[in-house]
Order: sequence, then structure tokens, then C-alpha cells
Amino acid sequence: MYQTFKLAYRNLWRNKTRSLLSALAVGVGMSLLLLMVSMLEGEMRGALQNTIRLQSGHLQIRPSSYDENKISLKWEDLIADPDQVVEKVRSLSQVTVAAPRLIASGILTLRDESKGVQILGIEPDSEANQPFRDGLTAGEFLKADDREGILIGQLLADKLNLKVGDAVNLLVTTSNGDIDEQLFTVRGVFSTRTPGFDENTLLMPLAKAQAITATENHVSTIFVLLQDSEQAEPVAQALQSSNLKILTWREQNDFVVQFEDYANAFFIVLYLIVLGITATVVTNTLVMAVFERTREIGILAAIGMKGRGIMAQFLAEAALLATGGVISGLILGSVMVYFATVKGFYIGDFGITGELFEDRIYAYLTLENTINLSIITYIITLVASLYPASLAARMEPVEALHGIGD
Amino acid sequence: MEVTKVSNATRVFKIGEVETKALRGVNLSIENGEFTALIGPSGSGKTTLLQLIGLLDKPTTGNVTVNGQDATNLNRNQRADLRKNAIGFVFQFFALIPTLTAYENVEMPLLLNGTKPAQRKARVNQMLEAVGLSDRAHHRPDQLSGGQQQRVAVARALATNPKLILADEPTANLDTENGKQVMEIMQKLNKETGVTFVFATHDPRVISYAKRVVTLRDGLIVENNGKSPK
Repeated sequence: MYQTFKLAYRNLWRNKTRSLLSALAVGVGMSLLLLMVSMLEGEMRGALQNTIRLQSGHLQIRPSSYDENKISLKWEDLIADPDQVVEKVRSLSQVTVAAPRLIASGILTLRDESKGVQILGIEPDSEANQPFRDGLTAGEFLKADDREGILIGQLLADKLNLKVGDAVNLLVTTSNGDIDEQLFTVRGVFSTRTPGFDENTLLMPLAKAQAITATENHVSTIFVLLQDSEQAEPVAQALQSSNLKILTWREQNDFVVQFEDYANAFFIVLYLIVLGITATVVTNTLVMAVFERTREIGILAAIGMKGRGIMAQFLAEAALLATGGVISGLILGSVMVYFATVKGFYIGDFGITGELFEDRIYAYLTLENTINLSIITYIITLVASLYPASLAARMEPVEALHGIGD
Repeated sequence: MEVTKVSNATRVFKIGEVETKALRGVNLSIENGEFTALIGPSGSGKTTLLQLIGLLDKPTTGNVTVNGQDATNLNRNQRADLRKNAIGFVFQFFALIPTLTAYENVEMPLLLNGTKPAQRKARVNQMLEAVGLSDRAHHRPDQLSGGQQQRVAVARALATNPKLILADEPTANLDTENGKQVMEIMQKLNKETGVTFVFATHDPRVISYAKRVVTLRDGLIVENNGKSPK
């Protein structure tokens, strides 16, 4: 074995430039795949984290009649006396935040412009609002007893040309189907760096939201954050009751979860295509080596090396090329992934219904993806060497040695 | 005792529609310890006969026996095994592996037949000494002269202690002095170890070393040590 690899190493070193370029081709292919897979992983992870922190939480508690396709303000579709439920939820040790929220729809009008918005009635002091508080770009945060103040997303403010202190008219459908209307003042503007959210969302204190929609001490949902996202299912189990529906982040984000499975399957195909192309470089290198070394193959056969020994010789060369390829792929890939993790790539306003994508993609490379890709690269490079290796092994000694006389 | 025997061997090469009869029915027996030259003009079939004896090729018809074993029905691997254990080769071109040192080239057949490291080392050193190249053991072929390379090839051929060494035009690419050295080494080893040498040549200086001369012409043996074949 040692002798085989020693000879393989020296054979590769005979044509240093060619061998290095072949290994580099494998490395470049692998590093690009590392970048792509880490970008997708980062994108999915970012979208999931964003959707969890802004919208779905780790858990949401809804009335059992809740229908995700419509925003209903009918009392039977809301949670009555939410404080009691919140109290119960907060008593669980895994829960870090439990905040009641009312979700309503409305139309914001300013002079002759209007825009449909989602109204989020929040308890201003709750920790659940940290992303909005952190993202304040102008003005100040809401106070619980504010009866006229609202916060709007940065993109919404830009679209309607609104700034802090401006007055704006809001039309709201109430729980009994009537339309109510009131003038509000923009207290602040926030940015969550999530175009899909910042363009459509308006925040107001829960008490005011309940008053304007005539929902009196009712809320749409209890937004729950946990210490660990993996605790969602057991906590949901513990909170199960007949008149409430507990939705975990997985259930609410099934698109992302499914998309990730789909993407993983898709990436295997992509791996095969990209590495298949780089593998042809390895095949080409080794086929050239077989033809250049035909006579040596003949000599080895003449002194008694069997076909499998000759095959092992070329497989060892491929293994060394694959090792060089994987190492260079990891180095190049690390540099690219590091850049993409720190700087990210701007993608602008990209949205899929129900998911909140940030305006930048940041790469996220997992150990599992790195190991999988290294193994696949290694295997494909070895598979690519099977043809040249068997070509060498099948050579008849007398033909390989041709030119030894008459 | 007979080291190799060729019986009624023919070898026909077919290139497209054209058939070339390289050997047309050759009978030859080589005894242990012989130092035999196969001579004849280019195209007479010397190399083809050497390749059949060396189990590098199979006769179209007829049999080849090496070390008492009929090679007719042996598969590739069995022929490789028989070559590894019973036959050493010296080729016209200096057939060394260019990436290996002289020492490693001589070591290669010993690695293939599984000789233990300590014995391997002793044997390689012994063989390099026998061909007068102990001081060049760690030189690569491109750092050796043609004559030195061919002496390494002789050392490699003898490393596993085979019964039979086949040499195809061993001096063809050497100048007179180096050619003489190689032939003298082969002759010395033949005398000292009793190993059988069969070499193909058309160099009259080489022929003079032979104890027995077999002449081929047009794929047939036309003279065997001065006598016409039966």
C-alpha cells in the first residue's frame, strides 16, 4: 500500500502542473458547491429565524376555529380573556416570552394615496417586540397607554412619504363588520430588514387595537418564544386544550421545512453535475497518464504485476488527486463562505407568501454539508478514475511493451 | 533439466485483412544453465519467440512450457504469477520505471512476490553489487548512463532468483564498451548462479558470448547450434 502511494505520488509529481491543475479543478468545483449550499442553508435559516422572531414565534396559541387563510375578528375566532392563557403559558419553564397580539387589516390613507396594511396590536412593554425596538430608525417606541400613536415599517413610510409626527388616517374593519376610521400620529419608524414585513405592517398598542376593532379583551394569538426551538413540540403537547389550537414553528413554516428537504435533494443532483464536470478533468489527466506510461505499464506487467495491481496504481493516483482537490476545495470554499457569511449578498425585496426573507443572504455552512460534500467529491473523483485505471489494467503486456524489437 | 520448451508454436498477427505469420511452427527446448543467443535478421521472429517464452504473448497454435508448467491454458493472472516467479526480463530499451531509484527498481519484483523487508534489502544490495552499481543505488534512471541503466535492469531481472532470464537485444542501445560490460555481467551471473539466459540479438559481438546459437529466419528455426533442425 505504502509503495503504491509512493509510486503514485511520484508519478503525479512528474507532471506537477497538470496534476495541480487537475486537483484545483476538483477543488474549485467543490468550493463553489460549498458556497452554494451554504448560501441556501443561510437563506433558509435566515428566513426561518426571521419569520419566527417577527411573525410565527416558536409557538402560537390560537382559538380552535382559527383559519390561517383569513384574518377574522369575530369574537368566536379570538381568544377571550387572554391574560389567563398568558399566565398559564408563562408558568412553563421553557417559555421565555408569551405575548398576546391582535391581528387586523386596515387601509392607511394619506391625501389621495392609500395602502392596505396589517395591523399588529402589541403589548408595547413585551420582550416579543425587541426586533421592532432594535430596528427603530426614527422616533420612539409605543407606550401602552398611547391612544393615537402608531409605528410603521420603513418601506411603508417611504412609500407613503411619511415621517415621525405625521398624521395619517386609518380605516379598520371591526369585529361586527362595520368600518371605523381614526386619525393616528406616526410615533416612530422601524426596519426589520425584511421587505415583506416592513412594507405592510403597522404596530399599535394592543388596548387601542382592541378598542378600534371592537374586540374588547380578545386577541388573535399568543406569540410564544422558547429557550430552544426544539422544545416546541413537547411544550405544544403540554399546552393542548379543547378550545385552543397550538401551532409550532414547524407547522407554521412548513414551506421552508419542505423547501429545505427539496433543496437537499436538488443539491445532490447539482453535486453530481458540477463534480461530474470536474471529474472529467481527472479522467482526462489519468487517461493521458495511461497513454504516456503505456510502456511502464508493460514493464510492470512483464515483471509480474497483475491487472489489479496496475489498477490500484492509478486509483492511488486518483485518491491523491481527490485528496488534493478536497483540501483545496475546503480552503477555497472556506474563504468564499467566510466572505459570504460576514458580508452577505444583497438580494433586495424577495418574498414567498408566508415567509419573511431578509434583504441580504448570509451563508451558513454546516459541518454535515461540509462532510457530505467532501465525501461525495472524493467518491466521484475515484469513480472518474475507474475508466483510465481499468484501461491500464486491461492492457496486454506485449502490446504495452510494443517497440521492444522486431 | 528443461527450463522452457516451445512445441510447434505459430504466431499469426492479423492487422485488418492482412495476416502476418511471425512464427510458422517453432520447436525449441532450453536446458537449465544455458547461455543461448537467438539470432536472425529483423522480422525473423526472434522477439516474438522471446515474448512467447516470456508468457507476454500466447502462441496462435502450439504450446509453451515454462518450469515444467504448460502455459497454454493459463489465464492472465496465472501467467503473471508464473512470470513473477520464474522469469526475468531485460529489454532493448532501458526498461526501468523512471520515478523509482535504481534500488527501488530492483526492489519492485521482490515487492510483488511478497519478500520480507529485511530479505528484500539484502537481496537488492546483493544484486546491485553483482552488477557493480552499489554506489548508484539511490540514483534515478535519468541520472544513470545507458549502460548503468541496463545493468540495473539485469539486477532487477535476477532479483527474485528466477530460472530464466530473457533479454531482447540487451546491447542494441549501448556503445561497445557498455555493451561489453553488460554481456560480461550476464555471462558471469550465468556461470556463478547457473541461471539460464536466452537473448535475442543480431550483434556479432554479442553472439560471440553465446554457448548456443539458434538462428531464425522468416519465422522458422533454420539452424540450431550449427545444425539444421530435424
